[in-house]
Amino acid sequence: MAEATIDNTAVADGDEGGVRRRDFIEIAAVSFGGVGALATLYPLISQMAPSKDVLAESSTEVDISAIQPGQAVKAVFRKQPLFVRRLTEKEIAEANAVDVSTLRDPATLTEMTKEGHEDMLITMGVCTHLGCVPLGAGEGEVKGEFGGYFCPCHGSHYDTAARIRKGPAPLNLQVPEYEYTSETTVKVG
Amino acid sequence: MVRLIGILVGIFFSGWLLVTLAVGFFTWASEPKVETAEHVFHEHPKALHLASDGPFGHFDLQQVQRGYKVYKEVCSACHSLRHVAFRDLEQLGYTEAQVKAEAATWMVPGIDPVTGEDTMRAALPTDYFPKPYPNDVAARAANNNAIPPDLSLMAKARHNGDAYVYSLLTGYQDQPAELLAEFPEAKTPDGLHYNPYFPNLNLAMAQPLVDGQVDFDDGSPNDLDSMSQDVAAFLVWTAEPTLAKRHATGWPVVLFLLIATVLAYLAYRNVWRNEKH
Amino acid sequence: MSFPWANHYQPTNPFMRWMDEKLPLPRFVYNAIGAGYPVPRNLNYWWNFGVLAGFCLMIQIVTGIILAMHYAPNALVAFDSTEHIMRDVNWGWMLRYAHANGASAFFVVVYTHIFRGFLFSSYKAPREMIWLLGVVIFLLMMATAFMGYVLPWGQMSFWGAKVITGLFGAIPLVGEPLQIWLLGGFAPDNAALNRFFSLHFLLPFVILGVVILHIWALHIPGSSNPTGVEVKQESDTVPFHPYYTAKDGFGLAAFLVIYTAFVFFMPNALGHPDNYIPANPLSTPAHIVPEWYFWPFYAILRAFTFDFFFVPAKLLGVLAMFAAILVWFFLPWLDTSPVRSARYRPMLRKFIWFGFVPCMAALFYLGGAPAEEPYVMFSQLAAAYYFAHFLIILPIVSMIEKTKPLPNSITEAVLAKNGAAAAE
Repeated sequence: MAEATIDNTAVADGDEGGVRRRDFIEIAAVSFGGVGALATLYPLISQMAPSKDVLAESSTEVDISAIQPGQAVKAVFRKQPLFVRRLTEKEIAEANAVDVSTLRDPATLTEMTKEGHEDMLITMGVCTHLGCVPLGAGEGEVKGEFGGYFCPCHGSHYDTAARIRKGPAPLNLQVPEYEYTSETTVKVG
Repeated sequence: MVRLIGILVGIFFSGWLLVTLAVGFFTWASEPKVETAEHVFHEHPKALHLASDGPFGHFDLQQVQRGYKVYKEVCSACHSLRHVAFRDLEQLGYTEAQVKAEAATWMVPGIDPVTGEDTMRAALPTDYFPKPYPNDVAARAANNNAIPPDLSLMAKARHNGDAYVYSLLTGYQDQPAELLAEFPEAKTPDGLHYNPYFPNLNLAMAQPLVDGQVDFDDGSPNDLDSMSQDVAAFLVWTAEPTLAKRHATGWPVVLFLLIATVLAYLAYRNVWRNEKH
Repeated sequence: MSFPWANHYQPTNPFMRWMDEKLPLPRFVYNAIGAGYPVPRNLNYWWNFGVLAGFCLMIQIVTGIILAMHYAPNALVAFDSTEHIMRDVNWGWMLRYAHANGASAFFVVVYTHIFRGFLFSSYKAPREMIWLLGVVIFLLMMATAFMGYVLPWGQMSFWGAKVITGLFGAIPLVGEPLQIWLLGGFAPDNAALNRFFSLHFLLPFVILGVVILHIWALHIPGSSNPTGVEVKQESDTVPFHPYYTAKDGFGLAAFLVIYTAFVFFMPNALGHPDNYIPANPLSTPAHIVPEWYFWPFYAILRAFTFDFFFVPAKLLGVLAMFAAILVWFFLPWLDTSPVRSARYRPMLRKFIWFGFVPCMAALFYLGGAPAEEPYVMFSQLAAAYYFAHFLIILPIVSMIEKTKPLPNSITEAVLAKNGAAAAE
């Protein structure tokens, strides 16, 4: 190429195979750049997921021994309120008297509680409409038309089995995963 | 004009520096050199080789577990580990249940759920290692006016930190006779302890670890030297639990980029093949 | 402005034609860093560092915004939140090390870029404005880097904040109230930390703005080149894309290899161990030093140990330190030589390589060395040369030196070089 002048930029190599091989190198180099950029996105995005200390707090133990029938306590699970309520005989009877098929989100009291502990209603204290904290767990709070919980934000009424009965909420209060680690201790999460 | 002012400013700064230099040189050359005991007798850390060294470094979990045991039985009496939580111990190869049981052997401050009074409770995995003293004043009062530093980051907070810890733990000795002969005023004060690896040679901490002080379940050697290495390895882990992951991530990244560099070079040559430059 | 032979942007499909009518951003990019920007064909690897500097700024902005999502700018928890990033946040250790070493990488690249300017007199007309904006960028970078180093609230952060704001305390009369105002207190504390965080977040975007002006100003005369001879004809140039995008791509990949090697295998090599000790207002570390990129200027600051009549040494040192950077603003007028490139300026070339380079190497070393003899004497010598180089040697050399003959054009220089290579 020594005799080539400087401004003949469009010289053909005269070797089609060679041109293709050379284009391949450019495509490979650009592809590598693209793959590298995509791989870099992974840590940049996953850093927003919960960090180790947040994940480590995702189980809570609650001592239920001191809760009397008709009383409820608010515990904290994943930085959200958790309602732990011991139902009275009357409340259990009311909940069982309802025809499940008429409910918006059909569930029996048995399904909302654990076997052998049908009087312990453990739910998230988060309205399934838009996430407010319903009233009814605290002493003297309004319990709504069905004697369970009442969300004042948009007027959702839950019954004594925490099932949605009236108002805009689509679902019953969520029952988190939990287990009885002893007769008096519940481990949530 | 700019040049004239520039040259004048230049002559001022450079000239004054040279005057200062000349005076400084004569003072330096004429005054006797004052040596200090720290300067002459301070020693750099001894060589220490750990599995975490170098670009392939990872943790020798058995050794780090032994180091944890030494920390628990010896160091933790005075030194906190406030950036480390019990849940982190799972990274040392313990199961969740083991970590929970281990955490429960430590007491941390809590409040009485009924009265709200300050009390002590068994630690949970989410708790951080407790402080041995409630505050700095208490720490000073109990330790001859010196606060025992937190150990979480010790391996990164000193030059060559792991070797420093190892050297300090094994470096206690009597003050050399030459030192006392040369610098009589540098005699170790009462209540301090001579250690040539400590920057000013005398530290408040008495020799914390002696041969056979801690027993390991697997019968690993428990002489002073081995245990000091174990503690150093443990503190490398507490200072940066992500070290092994960092190395494991780094190799693919660097190799990928090396290949990318070769390809980019070939592409660059290819683009320029018909252009002189 | 562009050269008359520059390629013209021609949108190829209806969407791009529509876009070009409504918002000609693709056209703008095409003319700025695409095939529409003709660049001298003889640029060497020194010219890679401008693009690298821009890339470093992007690394810092991206990693910095992410770190700010997890960091807490409060003196009580700043240190702990930094450790939280290192231990608990997903990939937090990598992002923080990328940011900390990214600052160092940025300075390595920018120092090289500036040195390219000295070596090829890139500051000379018609490119004075590019140079002046560049010096502004460098000053902003120093301010940003300093405030960023305060944020982890370790021992070096705290004492760095105290010592650097103490520089302002050297100013007569207003110095002390000024320092108290800067810190919002009598010593660095929450007020200082919060404002440093706020400004550390803001300034990179100011830098980005000045970078855009820097590139805009560059496009008026076009890039300089190693011969220092201006572009005269089409054969002197090649389009930026694909020629220099390809070359910059290679430079970038090579840079990333070194950068990631630091991030993953020696992330603390350029830092100071004392910054892993939480800030303690009652105890100064035995040997305080700023980050390495400030060392030359720190060495100049410490070189002044004697009062000059009524001017205290402290003030003199501060003045000299600022003057050491401000002098760069005057380079286009201090250097009057008609020739740009040091290739054709044998005397300047010798002063740069055998005077300025060893002087800077010494200042870099001495700024990090303890403030004791003989280091102080060496820094006095090196600092004296530093000022002499720019303020005395450069103006005089540019007047008296006999320059080598310049090639008539870039094309001629390239052909001569290739001919010589072919003859070998």
